[in-house]
Amino acid sequence: MRTWKRKGRGDGVRIVSQLDSHEAELLASLVSSMCELLTERSDTAPRDALSEVTGIRTGHSEPPDDATLGRLLPDFHRPDQDEQLSAEVVNGRLNSALRSVNEPKIIDAKLSAAHVLLDTLPAGGGDLSLTVDEAEAWLTALNDVRLALGAMLGISEDTPDQLPPGHPHAAHLDVYHWLTVMQDLLVEAVM
Amino acid sequence: MALDETRAHEATPGGTAVAEPAVADGAADLDKPWMTIVWDDPVNLMRYVTYVFQKIFGYSEARANELMMQVHTEGKAVVSSGDRDKVESDVRKLHAAGLWATMQRDS
Repeated sequence: MRTWKRKGRGDGVRIVSQLDSHEAELLASLVSSMCELLTERSDTAPRDALSEVTGIRTGHSEPPDDATLGRLLPDFHRPDQDEQLSAEVVNGRLNSALRSVNEPKIIDAKLSAAHVLLDTLPAGGGDLSLTVDEAEAWLTALNDVRLALGAMLGISEDTPDQLPPGHPHAAHLDVYHWLTVMQDLLVEAVM
Repeated sequence: MALDETRAHEATPGGTAVAEPAVADGAADLDKPWMTIVWDDPVNLMRYVTYVFQKIFGYSEARANELMMQVHTEGKAVVSSGDRDKVESDVRKLHAAGLWATMQRDS
């Protein structure tokens, strides 16, 4: 993985790197898949008569069944960790209420970051020159793709750097590690 | 005086108030602030978590790094506190950034 370099000053600061055509295609594919997952979740949110009238968007009130989406859109409260139980919590309404109000905004934020990445990706590979705002969107989008891959692969603290070549997940794990390095180097350049 | 009257219903023939079960009603907790907790997870990079704390809360790099290390070594850290709306907004921003955060009332 090539490194990211910070160039210029003030408004002219740019975070630069290069991607070859394979890398650009892979990144586009991963981010687009994630966008589809998030858009479908958003599109399947229950329609509510009250929101039609008020214009206040509400989203799903139950967590996703899918483990990948579940990691991208986690609960707002952990009843198992909360010593103070209130009636709201015990009835499960706290998580439902917080999810339905906040999930649409979270999905929007993630999609917005993903679209910036897709818009700034050089088709067919080439030079990358990102403003700080664009680089920050890349950080969010890269992190989300890593969370999604991590959930699919069951990444834990014990996950090795490499799996044996015949392992069905070996290639996916390599992609995950490639994205990890990319994100780590990008945070360094942005900070 | 009003206080005595409202407590009258709690008295039993034995003269002592019946202990409430450990379920608080909303009114009793109005004075306790809410806390934002960030949990450790195996995907998030230490450097990224520090950056997110600086970006969302405006903490210095030193303070953000300290909180990140607490998440990393202890499994969790309280990263902000305040009224419910503020903490809810903090959790939402942390989720948007991909961190695993939850909210609960201070104990």
